[in-house]
Amino acid sequence: MGSNSSSMNNIPNAEQLVQETGFSAAHILRLYERFQFLDKDDTGQLRPEDFGAVRELAMNPIGDRIISAFFSPGQETLDFASFVRVLAHFRPADSNRTRDGAQPEPANSSMRKLKFAFQLYDQDRDGKISRAELLQVLRAMLGMQVTEEQLQSIAERAIQEADFDQDDAISFDEFRKSLEKVNIDHKMSIRFLS
Amino acid sequence: MEEFWEGALWALKIWLSMIISLIMIPAMFGFSLGISETYMNILVKTLEWATLKIQKANTDERTLKASPSNGLIQREDGSMEKELEELRRSRPKPPVGGDFTLSDCFYFTRRGIESIVEDEVTQRFSSEELVSWNLLTRTNNDFQYISLRLTLVYGIGIFVRYCILAPLRILLACIGLTWLVIGTSAVGLLPNSRMKFWLSEWVHVMCYRICARGLSATIRYHNRENKPQKGGICVANHTSPIDIVILCNDGCYAMVGQIHGGLMGVVQRAMVRSCPHVWFERAEMKDRHLVTKRLRDHVNDKTKLPILIFPEGTCVNNTSVMMFKKGSFEIGATIYPVAIKYDPQFGDAFWNSSKYSMVNYLLRMMTSWALVCNVWYLPAMHQKEGEDAVQFANRVKSAIAHQGGLVDLQWDGGLKRAKVKESFKEQQQKQYSNMVVGDDSSSNSD
Repeated sequence: MGSNSSSMNNIPNAEQLVQETGFSAAHILRLYERFQFLDKDDTGQLRPEDFGAVRELAMNPIGDRIISAFFSPGQETLDFASFVRVLAHFRPADSNRTRDGAQPEPANSSMRKLKFAFQLYDQDRDGKISRAELLQVLRAMLGMQVTEEQLQSIAERAIQEADFDQDDAISFDEFRKSLEKVNIDHKMSIRFLS
Repeated sequence: MEEFWEGALWALKIWLSMIISLIMIPAMFGFSLGISETYMNILVKTLEWATLKIQKANTDERTLKASPSNGLIQREDGSMEKELEELRRSRPKPPVGGDFTLSDCFYFTRRGIESIVEDEVTQRFSSEELVSWNLLTRTNNDFQYISLRLTLVYGIGIFVRYCILAPLRILLACIGLTWLVIGTSAVGLLPNSRMKFWLSEWVHVMCYRICARGLSATIRYHNRENKPQKGGICVANHTSPIDIVILCNDGCYAMVGQIHGGLMGVVQRAMVRSCPHVWFERAEMKDRHLVTKRLRDHVNDKTKLPILIFPEGTCVNNTSVMMFKKGSFEIGATIYPVAIKYDPQFGDAFWNSSKYSMVNYLLRMMTSWALVCNVWYLPAMHQKEGEDAVQFANRVKSAIAHQGGLVDLQWDGGLKRAKVKESFKEQQQKQYSNMVVGDDSSSNSD
């Protein structure tokens, strides 16, 4: 798909995005082309249906959740800046960043990545993954392949393992604690070629 | 005034007789006068010159151009099992309650985001990107003014294509189709005999040759000793309806398809009068057993022509081959694979049916420079012992992809049209549930 404009001038706030997200200018350009490709009716905004064009996503069991993660609650459209900000979470962590308390936490820190994953479970954003929400995700990932009892027992065990304060839900801290041995940066990063 | 009309009529007569003698007669008898070759040579030289000029201009300006052919991301090649194993390494497997961890979603999330940024499938359903501009308006990515001469050549190109070539081609296509209908109907009146068979072949090939001239098609056939024989099935990768014209220029095939109404229906009915094709009513297409039976009957009759089938089921953009549907591979006949590769430099042959209608597409074809393609006939293949239809189909698909220089993909061409269905997710759900609950899951396999 040939691009209509291959210069940075057509991308709104391009430099600011480079600063904010840490993507290189070349990457922003490529992502903009992708954004335009998905934006079939050229409105400059994406809607959830536009993601339907990505065939591989249709085969992903939690594809719908990933799409919703791009849209803030209540919002029905997505502009390029927001698109890139979400994708910025998946940049590999920068090894040479100094711990500077004054700087805001970059999008691709381990904490932000974890938060992103947490919000995939916690759809109502109340800060806890309730049993019902966990069951929903499990049902999405397993489909019709397991029975209701199996589903309940899986959810039961997962909550028991992670829930320290016994409130029958998993808070973000409990989530983080139970995943502290996982190499989050490796598992939640995409390697962008330069 | 009179003289004007007389003059116009005279010019028309001259033009028509020129067409007939220079294009139709050679097409009918299969020889070439070398006009197309000269045209192609001029075209190739012009495009080379244009490419050099553009490249020179680009190296002078260091613009930030993203390269279209490289990927943006490097995808992890690990399977679901391997990745989930790694995620779980941090804790022992629990005895009861399934092997699920909260980090399992990381795998799916990452895959999902990767596919949003770049996916293998969607790009196959849009036209291939050209490395350099080929002086057609439609592949114009950014027209920067480079030099007066280039713009002039571009302008001449537009004039030549739209005002000279297009009307000529449309005329040829109409003549070709009309002749096909008349010729096949006429042959159909004859009683069954060797003569009829030979005449029918001749009429078919002749009309397809005229149509090919109507598209300025230059076709190179390779390995003609492997040409499909009677009683076999010819399978090829599918890029556009023109594939039929391309293949039928070099031999006669029996077509398979649904009966349409209108002009297509007239052509279909005429064709079947002179030699047997396999046309189905719309309702019959749904019944797989009926379809298989009819195909099998046709194939077993050794006097009938080889069947031409496009197992992908949809048009793909000629950079890759999508999953072959197994229907034609279950019949048990000899399969003759054919690889078709178009050269995109002269005109994009891919029919994006969601973007362009058939008529629009044909007009675009007729206003391209030309159609250049290579056809490779591959050696016949049979189903091996213990190989099921799906594996056989994959084997044939790999052979075709390898020969044509196309990417061999496992994805189903049906993804082009179908809206998201729950069943798409089943494959991954099954795989995942095997890992979580193991073999005592409750599903029945289909």
